[in-house]
Amino acid sequence: MRAISNNRKAFNTAIALTLGLFMSFPIIWILILSFKSELDAIGNPLQVLLSSWTLDSFSTVQGRSDYLKHFSNSVIISLGSTFLALLVAIPSAWAMAFVPGKQTKNILMWMLSTKMLPPVGVLIPIYLLFRDYGLLDTRVGLVIILTLINLPIIIWMLYTYFKEIPVDILEAARMDGAGLKQEILYVLTPMAIPGIASTLILNIILAWNEAFWTINLTASNAAPLTAFIASYSSPEGLFYAKLSAASIMAIAPILIMGWFSQKQLVRGLTFGAVK
Amino acid sequence: MGSITLKNVTKSFDDVEVIPQVNIEIRDGEFVVFVGPSGCGKSTLLRIIAGLEDVTSGVVEINNQDATTLPPADRSLAMVFQSYALYPHMSVRKNIAFPLRMAKIDKVEQDKRIETVAKVLNLTDYLERRPAQLSGGQRQRVAIGRAIVREPSAFLFDEPLSNLDAALRVEMRLEISELHKKLRTTMIYVTHDQIEAMTMADKIVVLQAGVIEQVGSPMELYDKPCNKFVAGFIGSPKMNFLEGSEADKYNAHTIGVRPEHISISKTKGQLVGTVGVVEHLGSDTYLHVSCENSNEQMIVRADANNGFKYGDKIHLTLDIKNIHRFNNHGVCIYETP
Amino acid sequence: MMSPSVLLLLGWMLVPLTMTIYFSFLRYNLLNPGTESFTGWTNYYYFVTDPSFTDALVNTISIFGGVLLITTIGGIAFSLLLDQPMWKSGLIRMLVIAPFFVMPTVSALVWKNMFMNPVNGFFGQIASFLGLQPFDFFGQAPLLSVIWIISWQWLPFATLILLTALQSLDREQLEASEMDGANSFSRFIFIILPHLARPITVAILIQTIFLLSIFAEILVTTNGGPGTATTNLTYLIYVQSLLQFDVGAGSAGGVIAIILANIVAIFLMRMIGKNLE
Repeated sequence: MRAISNNRKAFNTAIALTLGLFMSFPIIWILILSFKSELDAIGNPLQVLLSSWTLDSFSTVQGRSDYLKHFSNSVIISLGSTFLALLVAIPSAWAMAFVPGKQTKNILMWMLSTKMLPPVGVLIPIYLLFRDYGLLDTRVGLVIILTLINLPIIIWMLYTYFKEIPVDILEAARMDGAGLKQEILYVLTPMAIPGIASTLILNIILAWNEAFWTINLTASNAAPLTAFIASYSSPEGLFYAKLSAASIMAIAPILIMGWFSQKQLVRGLTFGAVK
Repeated sequence: MGSITLKNVTKSFDDVEVIPQVNIEIRDGEFVVFVGPSGCGKSTLLRIIAGLEDVTSGVVEINNQDATTLPPADRSLAMVFQSYALYPHMSVRKNIAFPLRMAKIDKVEQDKRIETVAKVLNLTDYLERRPAQLSGGQRQRVAIGRAIVREPSAFLFDEPLSNLDAALRVEMRLEISELHKKLRTTMIYVTHDQIEAMTMADKIVVLQAGVIEQVGSPMELYDKPCNKFVAGFIGSPKMNFLEGSEADKYNAHTIGVRPEHISISKTKGQLVGTVGVVEHLGSDTYLHVSCENSNEQMIVRADANNGFKYGDKIHLTLDIKNIHRFNNHGVCIYETP
Repeated sequence: MMSPSVLLLLGWMLVPLTMTIYFSFLRYNLLNPGTESFTGWTNYYYFVTDPSFTDALVNTISIFGGVLLITTIGGIAFSLLLDQPMWKSGLIRMLVIAPFFVMPTVSALVWKNMFMNPVNGFFGQIASFLGLQPFDFFGQAPLLSVIWIISWQWLPFATLILLTALQSLDREQLEASEMDGANSFSRFIFIILPHLARPITVAILIQTIFLLSIFAEILVTTNGGPGTATTNLTYLIYVQSLLQFDVGAGSAGGVIAIILANIVAIFLMRMIGKNLE
């Protein structure tokens, strides 16, 4: 490897950093705004930066009892749909990876294709079904929908992780006297845990950010943060600081998770078409 | 205790027949090497013995009992994989302990065996490390240790040295041979490297395209190969083959002579040729000679200070006692005494 | 072991889908329940001949044309840059990728209010400061504003995909070309770009599938307006289904959306299929 001059590296770093700050600027900006008062928040940028910092906006937003409710809705439906999907997906992916049949590949592709259905194509029936079965504006309803739309991705990701486990390690376990249950328990699962964790994180992110069903199937009870933030589209009075505070709190958990799951994002969302 | 027999075993994958029919007898305590080029079926045979593949037809007997349908865990065999197949999430100690755990051996006995094996293989200092923290050679030993600790009827080795560098390979070859002398357990060893086969085996089984070409001790195969394939496969550098007028002189379609059975002279000999590349190995030198009446290059062994260089004219004489004669089907013809 | 998920997805596919198709042939409005009647292709006819359909189609295509242009070119540029040796690459990458993790409603509202608002927004303030007339983004260029917001969100996605692909490029190929006398530009055109051709295609196809369904950003910024200036196909169907409660028309629109999505999906599935070998 040729040595890259430090000058070159510094240059690259400077340009890339500028780029990064440019892309993330909106996030950084609302982070700043969230610590300002409403009056200060609508000043010009210099005024904004120089004005005093305050936690008022945060406390105002959090003080609204429905903010916490929406936050917990987001948490519940993200975690709920992810775990439900994992429950169904793990045996599925296991079977496809280790006991493939002639149709396995086709079934896998078909499952992926269900993810490509535009939600608006089934908006009406789902809405009507939910209405008739009392699922509108319920967390249960959202969990069901989110499970279904993310199931293909979860199965796909688990399948690729399972396939990466070297077969001869499993064979070695068999030679060592392990029966099927022991093979799965002592060898397969420990090796698959990183993959399962990555799939979990990516799916929590996708469920948290989902903004079609969570808006259209909820009113006030089960609305998660996506819908709650949407209510700021027709605000009353000054709202920049409050919107900033609410937004920061809404996106922070996901930004943290996103930090850890960049690679999984590519694997999951490109369905393996890019290595 | 560790006798293994394959009777009329055939193997097909879907519609492709990889092993037409094979009969092999392995006696207790033997070190048997399955050798052959890539795709000859040697690994498949090993896996059939292990129970990791089914037979399409035929019988596998272990210790004179029909084991054809027994799962791997019940065959009392241990296998060392080419990739070592160590459990990455377990320490060396736990790796070696795993088969004992599966056999439900009590903890005290487990520890005792692990300590013994670790001492034999020089792993005592590494017991708490994970495979990722070990070198290739160390991982190799852990894989062997995991096999030994089960005290199996036989050891199966699937090209265990392929992933090691040359120096380490030589070292491990010796260690495995030593192990065999010490344990006296049957070992079945698969490799494509004929040097490993020659140096380690009691008995070699040479395979090509699923067919056994010859079975015998290393020197038997070296001195009396029964066909052109075995003759050319065993021995390095390869045996020289001549056809046409030279072969006719000996009443054969093809004759074969090993590099060390040809004498050289600057002035007179049976064949005349020009020296090409000269390979100095230190103790020996190998001359690549283009002969006048053949398009083949011959390889001739000479002493280190033979004095020939590229482009020189050279005369070769074949040692008549060590010429192998083959008919037009490649089968060896032996002199009737 | 596979059956539960297969059954679930099968149910998810068949049940709502058949209902949509069924409804599309009915004259059915939720405001007048009980007056449903079979009406053949009428819904489709009216849906497609309605001027807002053409607008919606044009807007949909503009949105993904515009977004894809920005994300592809930007993605190539960003990924090439991020592939260079630098310090703190992890942090910088996170800064570039972050927009993708922000939920669509937050992105849209933040851009619309804190940045694009001509009075109080960041750009407006800078313009006034410089003595220029602030540009009313959403007033004067609503579709472009929406396109920008969506591009901001998806640029990281394209960047990540292309960056991953770049890192799988065999370094030795590049070194060989250098020995063969190729300069940076040639190396880019003849080696890097062809290697990226497949990932770019994948990125485009996947984005297309998701972009067809852009909804939240439009809802919270313009509600499809002014008029139909920012209405895409999805939004149009939403309006008819949940605002006008016209189940028949909405369903017909839904079927059309599904057909369009399928066309893209077929290409994508072929690329995935190749990789599954």
